[in-house]
This record gives sequence, C-alpha cells and structure tokens, in this order.
Amino acid sequence: MEGFPILSLMLLVPLVGAVACLFAEARAARMIALIATLIDLALGIVLWLNFDVGGAQWQFVERAELFAGFSWALGIDGIALLLILLSVFLMPICIGASWKSITKRVGEYMAAFLLMEVLMIGVFAAQDLFLFYIFFESSLIPMYLIIGIWGGDNRIYASYKFFLYTLLGSVLMLIAMLWMVNVAGTTDIPTLMAYDFPVKAQTLLWLAFFASFAVKMPMWPVHTWLPDAHVQAPTAGSVILAGVLLKMGGYGFIRFSLPMLPEASSYFADFVWALSMIAVVVTSLIALVQSDMKKLIAYSSVAHMAIVTVGLFSFNVQGLEGSVMLMLAHGLVSGALFLCVGVIYDRLHTREIARYGGLAVNMPKYAVLFLFFTMASIGLPGTANFVGEFLSLAGIYQVSTWAALICGTGIILGAAYMLYLYRRVAFGEQKNADAAALPDLDAREWVMLGALAAATLWMGVYPESFMAPMRNDIATLEARLAQAAPESDSHFEMGEPVPMADHADAAHEAAEGGAH
Amino acid sequence: MDFKSSLGLIAPEIILSVSSLVLLLVAAWAGDKASRAISVIACFVLGACFFLVAPMVCAGVAGPDAVAFDGLFTADAFAGFAKLLIFAATGAALVIAPSFFDRTRSMKAEYPVLILLAALGMSLMVSATDLLTLYIGLELNSLASYVLAAFLRNDERSAEAGLKYFVLGALASGILLFGMSLTYGFTGSTDFTAVRAALTGDMSTGALFAVIFVLAGLAFKISAVPFHMWTPDVYEGSPTPVTAFFATAPKVAAVALLMRVSLDAFGMQADAWRQIVLFVALASIIVGALGAIGQANIKRLMAFSSINNVGFILIGLVTGTVDGASAMLVYLAIYIAMTAGSFIAIVMMKDENGAPVELIADIAGLSRSKPLLAACLAMMMFSLAGIPPLFGFWGKFVVFQAAVEADYVALAAVGIAASVIGAFYYLKIVKVMYFDEPADVVKGSSDWAHWALLAISALFISPLGYLLTGWLGGVADKAATTLFLVAA
Repeated sequence: MEGFPILSLMLLVPLVGAVACLFAEARAARMIALIATLIDLALGIVLWLNFDVGGAQWQFVERAELFAGFSWALGIDGIALLLILLSVFLMPICIGASWKSITKRVGEYMAAFLLMEVLMIGVFAAQDLFLFYIFFESSLIPMYLIIGIWGGDNRIYASYKFFLYTLLGSVLMLIAMLWMVNVAGTTDIPTLMAYDFPVKAQTLLWLAFFASFAVKMPMWPVHTWLPDAHVQAPTAGSVILAGVLLKMGGYGFIRFSLPMLPEASSYFADFVWALSMIAVVVTSLIALVQSDMKKLIAYSSVAHMAIVTVGLFSFNVQGLEGSVMLMLAHGLVSGALFLCVGVIYDRLHTREIARYGGLAVNMPKYAVLFLFFTMASIGLPGTANFVGEFLSLAGIYQVSTWAALICGTGIILGAAYMLYLYRRVAFGEQKNADAAALPDLDAREWVMLGALAAATLWMGVYPESFMAPMRNDIATLEARLAQAAPESDSHFEMGEPVPMADHADAAHEAAEGGAH
Repeated sequence: MDFKSSLGLIAPEIILSVSSLVLLLVAAWAGDKASRAISVIACFVLGACFFLVAPMVCAGVAGPDAVAFDGLFTADAFAGFAKLLIFAATGAALVIAPSFFDRTRSMKAEYPVLILLAALGMSLMVSATDLLTLYIGLELNSLASYVLAAFLRNDERSAEAGLKYFVLGALASGILLFGMSLTYGFTGSTDFTAVRAALTGDMSTGALFAVIFVLAGLAFKISAVPFHMWTPDVYEGSPTPVTAFFATAPKVAAVALLMRVSLDAFGMQADAWRQIVLFVALASIIVGALGAIGQANIKRLMAFSSINNVGFILIGLVTGTVDGASAMLVYLAIYIAMTAGSFIAIVMMKDENGAPVELIADIAGLSRSKPLLAACLAMMMFSLAGIPPLFGFWGKFVVFQAAVEADYVALAAVGIAASVIGAFYYLKIVKVMYFDEPADVVKGSSDWAHWALLAISALFISPLGYLLTGWLGGVADKAATTLFLVAA
C-alpha cells in the first residue's frame, strides 16, 4: 500500500458520485450513491487492514503543495482511522435509510450526502491546519441544504440556527489558527501538536478553539441548535449529524485543544467538567420529559457527549480511550436509534411518542432491535457504550471523584429516560389503531439495523479490535499531557506494610485505609 | 525619462482614448443600429489593453522605468494588476448589456463609448502618482458613470439614480478637491513622492485635515461607511448591467487609488489615518451586514454586500504592510469574480415578458425551475459569505492572515465575527431559492454569452480556484511590493 494515495481516492469516489448524482434520475442517483458509499466502505476496510498497529504514528501520508499558504496533506493515526471507519460505515446505511423516504429532488439529496462524506473523511484525514479548517467548515453547506430542503415543518428555522451557530463558533477558531501558524511558522498538524505555545497565549487560543468545538460537540449551554436540527432533519440527516458531525467536536479536542494547548486545557479542565456535569444532569432531565422521540434522543446525545468531554479532560489513558470508544459507540447507537425512530416515522409520519404504543405486538423484530439499542444507549455491559462510558468514568474518577459521581448519575438517568421511552412506544396496550396496524421491518431496514447491532456487539464484546489501533496514539497524547495534568482530588493514604503473620487483620485495615 | 518611453508606458490609455473617440464618431454617424458592433469593437479594445498590460504585471515592472511624464503617471505592476481587473470587469459589463437593453429598445450606441471612457478614467486613477492625474482620472470615470446610471431615460428610478449619484458624487469630489488643495498648501507639491517627503515627522493640524478630507472623498468612491448612503439607491435604480459595472470595476479603481494615496503619499503618516481606516472598515462590515438583512430587492442587497466587502478589503489597508496590500489585491480579484457572477445571474433572471426580476420573493423556488442558474447564484452567495470550500473564503483568509501577522488580532476577531451577520442574508437568498415553494416568476432563456461569463466566474470561485492561489498570490505579492518601493 506504500505510496498509494488511498485517502485521496476515498475523497474522490464520493465526490465523483456526488457530481454524477446531480445529473441523474432518482433511481439512478440512489444506485450511484449506494455504490459510491459501498466502494468507500470497502476502501475503509482496506485502510483498516493495512493500518500497521504499533507502527508509525502517521500512516498513509500524502503531501502535495497545491496551494499557497497550505498544502494538500493527508494522513491518519489510529484515532482518525476509527472515526473514518465510523463515517464510511454509517454512510451506506444513511443512503439506505433515505431509499424510500426521500422522493423529491433525489439527485440533489444524494449529492449532498456524498459531499458530506467527502468532507467528513477530509476532516479526519487532514494533516494541514487550514485544510482541516476548510473541510470542517465546508460541512455546513451540505448539512444546511439537507435540513433546509428535506427537513420537517420548522426546517428553515432549524437550518439557520444550525448554520449560524456553528459558523460563529468556528470563525474564531480560524483567527486562532492564523495566530498559531504565524507563531509556529508551519501549518503541519503533527508539528503543531508538538509545538509549545507560550502559556499566556494558550488561554485565548484555547477559548477560540473551544468556541468551535463546544458548539459542534455540543456542550451545554451551546447545545440548543442540536435538538432543533435533529428534529427537523430527515432521518439520514439525523444519523449523520449524531453519528459523525458531533464527533468532529470531540476529534477537535483530541487533535487540537489537548495536544497543542496542554497547559490551557489543564487550566480550563474544571470549567469543562463543570459544564459537562451540568449537561449530564440537565439534559438527561430534559430528555425525560420530551414527548417527541427525536428530541429525546437528541438530548440524550448531549448527555452522552458530556461524558466524552469529561473523559477527554481527565488527562489519563483510561479517560482518553474511553472517550474515543464512547464517540464511536455513540455514533453507532444514536445513529441506530434515529433509524429506529425513522422506521416508524416513515410508517405513521409522526414523532409523537403518545401516538404509538404496544409496537412489540405487531412489530416484534423491530421491538427486539429497538430494545437492543435502548439497552446499548443505557450502557449495558456487552454493548459498545458500556466500554466507553466505563472507561471515561474510570478516567475521570482518578482526577475528580465529584465529576465521576455526578456524571455517573447520567447512566441512571439515561436508563430512566430510555426505558421510559421504550415502554411507551413498544410496550403497554395498543391504544392507537393505526399504530397497531404497522407492518414489521422489511429486509432493507432489517439489514441496516442488523449491521449496526452487529458492530455495537462487536465493540462491546471484543473492544480490543478498536482499542489496538489507537493505543499508541493515546499513549503519545498522555505523555504530551503529563506535564500539565491537573492534580487528583483523591488523596490516597498508603497503608503500612505489615508482616505476614497478621495477614487477616492487615488486609482488613488496608481496605479501610484505602477507602479514604 | 524621454517623451517616447513615457508614451510607451501609457499605450493602453492611448488606445482607450483614441478608440473611444473614434467609436464616438461612429456612434454619431451610424446611430443606434451600430451599437452592437460598437460593443464588440469596444470589447476587443479592452481585450487588447488587457493583453498589453498582462506581461507587465507578470514581470513585476517597478521603479523609475515605470514612471512617465516626470511622476505624473506610474505604470507599475500594482497599477497593472488593478488595470487587469478593471478591464476584465468592464468587458463583462459590455457583454451582458445588449440583451438587457434590447428588450426596451433602449440600447444606445453611447453605452459602449461611455463604458470605455469610464475604463480610461479608472486606468488613469490606478496609475496616478500625482494629485492632478488622480483628479482627472476620477472625474473622467465619475462623469461617465453619472450618465450610465441614468441610462434608461424613460425609467424614473434610473433618472433618480443618476441625479443622486451626480449630486453626492459632486459633493465627494468637492471634499476630495478641498483635501487636495490643503495637501498642496501644506506640502507645496502635488506629486506623491514629494508629498510623502514633506509629510515626514510631526504633522500639522492643517495637514491632518488634508489627509482626512482626501480619505473622506475616496471613502465615498468606494462606498465605505459613513459615506455609503448613495450606494443602495444608485445600485437599485441603475440598469442592472450598469449596476454590475459599478459594483466591480470602479471599486477596484477606487480601492487601488486609496491604497496608493494612503501608502505612498500619506505613507509616513500611517498612524494618522490608520484609526480612520480601522473605524471605516469595521463600520462598513457591520453596517453592510445589518443593512442588508431587511432588503427585499436583490440589487439593494448586493449594494449592502459591496459595502460589507469593502470593509473586509480595508482591513488589509489597516495593516499597512506588503502582505496586507497583497491580500487586498487578492480579495479584489475574488470579489470581482463573485460580484460580477452574482450580477450576471441577476441579469439572467427575467419574467415571461423578459422584464428583469429584482425582488427576492420572485426568485422563490428557483432551484426547481432553473437548477443551474440557482446553483450558480447559490455558489456566489456562499462564496460572498466566505464559507469554504468556495473561493470567497480565500479572500477573507488572506486579509485576516495579514491582519493577524501585523498583530491586529482583535480587529481580525471582531471583523470575522461580524462576517457571521453577513452570512445571514446571503443564506436568505439560498433559502429563498432552495427551500421555498416556487413562485414561478423567472422564465425565459438567456444567450450563450451570459452563460459563458457565468460559467467562468463560477469556475473561478469554485474549489478549483484554490489551485490558482499560488499564482494569484505570487502576482499580487509582486504588485504589492512595487507599491512599497517608493518607501525604500
């Protein structure tokens, strides 16, 4: 694979597909989009198989000096690899989800999605600061159109809010990037990740990056665009929004804020924890009272992403690995949950929870899969979310017991709102005649949800497949952060070593000592 | 410097003046029947001038070799760069005009002649290194523009636009002339180099007034806040091809002139004018963005958009560095393509009778009746808003990069944050075209010349434009450096 520009090829395939879709009939456009995304999925798998675990940090590096001021530099490490895999895995599912539900302007719709895919892969693969920015920012245009053209009743408000909110966040980041490049004299991300910026300047730079990533993530209190965007977007739009776009924020933290500005990250760690703690509790409570299914899942996304941020800002291996795992898991599971909503929305055209009930009777297959994803969202052991949430919370526990405690309530509250949702939709009596008459999953829906369920199980049962590629990168990041890591609030008292004779008593005492 | 080489340096201007006079005679004898032929010839003349200037820009001509008539006129690479943009934009204004005027049979043979005269004036403006040349060029351009604004004689709005433009333009010329006379009074010369030398060190209050009045006069010409009031009315009232012309070529000329005046003539007093320019820049960005929000007419909206863009361009001037000047030139080049493209798209929007469509409400759902046209206009709008991967982003990028490098981080942050307000109204056009139910007003077809021009500008501002960044940046750097040679 040496020297073959596979990343550029992965960008080119959907781009060509997008142009072709623009000029194609509805049926042809669907096929083109499906084929293009499947080719990209295959390329993604090739990428994964050829990724040398434990090898060089940056692999598949490409570089071409095409532009003034920045270059076409691509390359991935383990973290980027996993996020690219997530993107290419979700894309064919998105196309599948739109197969029947999108009937107007199909060509343009598929083109917008393929363009999204180009930009998402570009964001994760860019090795040049400004190239990253261009990909990052460009994703606004197709998403704006997806929400605005194919969205629900209040789509225009939602599309504006999405666009302007995220734009305001990221323009400030551009100024910070310009400053950093001016000082460091390079646009190369790996070099910048090892560059020590003056500690004084880091604060403002960090805030500028934070403005962008916090909105994208989204963190409380700048999350309000998300429920609107999710509710109005078409199903596949929600999947891609929750599955990948939000991860751009997390990826930004892990790629920029933490390694480039470690001191400022440490300085603001308390602040991030505080916002995350509020987010977990507040948005979970908000989710509990939603009557709109998509809104409920949107708020649950905010809560889950808050656990990602505490994990990221725990400055240790568990926390960082956990947050990446949780990002991947959330990408799969929240995507799947939006699909589950989409499946019944396509049939009954309402997201009102009260309009459903007792679906387990007439849609048993659906009920099983929906239950599986509900459990995964709660963090049931054996599913992907458990691995991510457990590691994140274990990581944060090492530095802040309070943050761990409060974020831990998110799991309980998550169980509450998800189970409550499931009970109202799938169990209980079939009080609505039309909901009771809905047909079960067809083959297309079964394949899409089945694939997601398989991936979720794989990640939950054997997470090593996904942990291995990123292990070295996380270790590098932790080493980079070690100088700045905040002090833990737990002060362990080491017990005195005791002679073997008093073994039983000593063990007892040591246990008491350790609990302080 | 002998007379012959001086004449060689002003060859493009000679060609322009001779051909415009000859064409004027042709127009007088042959009448309006010949207007199409005259337009074609005028285009060729502009093309010839373009290719006469182009090698000079690429070579980066500068220094004493470029000075003609003892410092009255300088044909350096900077002037050349501006001239290339001016000739290209003027050519576009000629190409899109005939089919627009033909519908009302108001295409007159004067139109191409006036456009040529305006181009000549602008060409003089950007080459002026003496206050007198500056004024002659400015007035030549302005007088032609006043007539062009009122070109649709039977249209009240057009007549009003012409009158308004004339009255306010005359006022601005007066202010400028007053500033120039003060400058002459306090420095004893009208030559930029001599003015620069005389204004070294502490500056008297009188000389400060001179700087302020000159800048105020020029701010009017580039329609920067607080001298922007005329812009929406004139843009709305003028015939659309003329508006397209106003929004592009004279902007380039006036900005280039402003750059030369402030960086050369007043170059030693940068601290004196910097605050003014800084205020004008931010005010233009913000007023341009806020003013556009409530507009129902797309030409008025574009007027505010041009005010907004001028603000971004001026950020480059605030830095006062070579990078800043180069960034301004790059921005101008991209701005021309975006604005010309938008106006071409606007000219192409006609209802079933062929009457121009100007109301934003009337282009609702354009993406369904005319997908290609809507896509091009949407690209222009995203580009004007500065959203990557469209090329408009690059203009903002280089300007802000120059500002950050010159340590104006706060200015850059405020400016770019204000650009988000601007994004709102550009998005509105996209929203109306793509999200709203079709109004089915826009009908009719356009000729191939419109499509060709639109395709060129759309291609330029598409992501493919980034491939040009190296070349464009290089040429602009060369041009900007020549501007600073005087300082050395």
